[in-house]
Amino acid sequence: MGKYRVVHYINQFFAQIGGEEKADYRPEAREGFVGPGMAFNAAFGDKAEIVGTVICGDSYFNENLEAATKEVLDLIKSFEPDIVIAGPAFNAGRYGMACGTVASTVEKELGIPAITGMYVENPGVDSFKKDIYIISTKSSAAGMRDAVKTMAALAMKLAAGEEIGASAEEGYIPNGIRVNFFEEKRGSERAVDMLLAKMAGKPYTTEFPMPDFDRVEPRPAVKDITKATIALVTSGGIVPKGNPDHIESSSASKYGKYDIEGVFDLTESTYETAHGGYDPVAANQDADRVLPVDILREYEKAGKIGKLHRYFYSTTGNGTAVASAKAYAAAIGKELVADGVDAVILTST
Amino acid sequence: MKLELGNIFIRDIRFDSVSKVEKGILFVNADELRDHLLEDENIKSVSLEIARPGESIRILPVKDVIEPRVKVQGSGGIFPGILSKVSTVGSGRTHVLKGAAVVTTGKIVGFQEGIIDMSGPGADYTPFSKLNNLVVVCEPVDGLKQYAHEKAVRLAGLKAAAYLGKLAKDVEPDEVKVYETPSLKEGIEKYPDLPRVAYVQMLQTQGLLHDTYVYGLDMKHSLPTMLYPTELMDGAVVSGNCVSACDKNTTYHHLNNPVVHDLFAKHGTELNFVGVIITNENVYLADKERSSDWSAKLAEFFGVDGVIISQEGFGNPDTDLIMNCKKIEAKGIKTVIITDEYAGRDGASQSLADADASADAVVTAGNANMLVSLPPMEKVIGHPEVANVIAGGFEGSLQQDGTIVVELQAITGATNELGFNKLSAR
Repeated sequence: MGKYRVVHYINQFFAQIGGEEKADYRPEAREGFVGPGMAFNAAFGDKAEIVGTVICGDSYFNENLEAATKEVLDLIKSFEPDIVIAGPAFNAGRYGMACGTVASTVEKELGIPAITGMYVENPGVDSFKKDIYIISTKSSAAGMRDAVKTMAALAMKLAAGEEIGASAEEGYIPNGIRVNFFEEKRGSERAVDMLLAKMAGKPYTTEFPMPDFDRVEPRPAVKDITKATIALVTSGGIVPKGNPDHIESSSASKYGKYDIEGVFDLTESTYETAHGGYDPVAANQDADRVLPVDILREYEKAGKIGKLHRYFYSTTGNGTAVASAKAYAAAIGKELVADGVDAVILTST
Repeated sequence: MKLELGNIFIRDIRFDSVSKVEKGILFVNADELRDHLLEDENIKSVSLEIARPGESIRILPVKDVIEPRVKVQGSGGIFPGILSKVSTVGSGRTHVLKGAAVVTTGKIVGFQEGIIDMSGPGADYTPFSKLNNLVVVCEPVDGLKQYAHEKAVRLAGLKAAAYLGKLAKDVEPDEVKVYETPSLKEGIEKYPDLPRVAYVQMLQTQGLLHDTYVYGLDMKHSLPTMLYPTELMDGAVVSGNCVSACDKNTTYHHLNNPVVHDLFAKHGTELNFVGVIITNENVYLADKERSSDWSAKLAEFFGVDGVIISQEGFGNPDTDLIMNCKKIEAKGIKTVIITDEYAGRDGASQSLADADASADAVVTAGNANMLVSLPPMEKVIGHPEVANVIAGGFEGSLQQDGTIVVELQAITGATNELGFNKLSAR
């Protein structure tokens, strides 16, 4: 098998053209490697080779973003690469933005894998970490040797189409996708080590940074409940007997919509729960305990509410990913609004 | 409190006419043990199977895993308040059949029971593939409701383990390990310069098949309290729950709690391990508030510098985890929490159901939603068709050739939140 063809993108500084005074340097392509490319070639061994280097000044790129991106992309394309490496940009902000733009556009428009490397505080990290692999580097070019080693290794895996491991294994900046892998030590020992470090005021790295939480403000009260159409929506898994849509007992991949026109009571022979997270005996004996159709029918008859909506929606909340739950809620909400429902009673387990 | 654990290494289990332990081999008289378990009127049938490491065997649905132990010296007996009188355990000497376990299976109780593969890719995710397992297949009498079914099988597992444990009573152990916890006062005097650490263990008590028993007491009816770490080693805490297989703490986990063992490993040199605070994971908000207030109060009262908090289950208990963490941090005590993640099959979703900025030191046991493909095994003990309905499975999980495609969630012990395994995620 031949060597993988690599194209390297760098700025005017690393091409040894000049510093800030040359930052308006226009895109240019050269055969083979330039500057740090030599170290990459050494790291590739006989697996790959830099066939061309594309150079652009940081000011020119950022001030002429659209045109420069296109020019750079055309030059990269002309080398027919298998993989593209941009930078590393360390903590240089404009260089980071250029590397991120080049790498993400190469992946998106040329369908060729591309990576870059940056210091974690480079503004390019937040802009591009979800689109491309960004290897975590030191803040200055003093970290070139380590950066090249890690970037070359990941680039070879991507070029070969191998499975990419967790950020901690591969050295890329966490991109929000959680990937499983086996640690050297078991969890309890890592916890003891982490606690000793934390108590001593020494640095440690949490394995899961806390996310920003999506909090929902309660809606204002319904003005006149006796006129309101009320729908029932549950994550308690109540379904017609036999679970016709095969809603999973946990980690549900779907929700169900069920017609309760003319249904006044959920009985043991007509409804059950598909939920795997609790003893189903009480819910199966009388599913109204989770989805109170019987009481709402009484209220409807007595004029305490306007009416019960014709359909109820159901899924299992047990281990179901938040992203899935959010998507179901958006779809269900849209239908409820379109159907003129005024209020919803949400029940869990 | 001081306990000597005498480990007898078991390298094989065989059926024989006399039950005994000899030269590292556990011999079992199957008829005798079966008759013993059939004394329970709720159990219709019992059959026994052996599953060894590396064999092409799949066990499902797995309810509990229990290590055989016996008290040799000191007060009380194994599984106090359940099989033995309620006297305090954790001191004296206990013998362990190390490398052996009882695994209970049979008709499914709830949905949250798991899979143990003894070889192949699934074996890498469960610690129980490395043990010589005596599998107790228990079938209930017809019409038995879930809660009674769960209890019958739970007791059968404990009885089987106690039966095997007794065989170790007069056997000379291969190694003896000593674990000792001084009183608070002695500890301060002995280790004046070491940071003081407690372990906050959250026990699954959501009810409706999600229960844990402490000296026979249903923990959801208790306030948080303290245990000497060695009490756990004598079976003070027993699993009675059908929480998702990957992150339920089996009775085996409680007996071999890894946080306890890893804190003991540094006790007296790098830290002073003062004891275990056990708390619950009840479903009502008032219970959550009360219990987390109490665990923080106990940590403060013990005057510790840091705690490790472990979780059991996911979703609803995430709120208990965060409350414990937040309230203990607010007392000026450093925390590390151990949890697992439900980040979706693609790993892109939010991992926990609750979060707080004070939870800044987290150990994760991995993403339980990850899909795994388990190739067919030559032998299946139990009921393979439940793969489609257990938590982590879905319609079509069990394929025609016997392959099972499931989320890691369905594998017993895969993302254990005591930190029993090396699996993690980033």
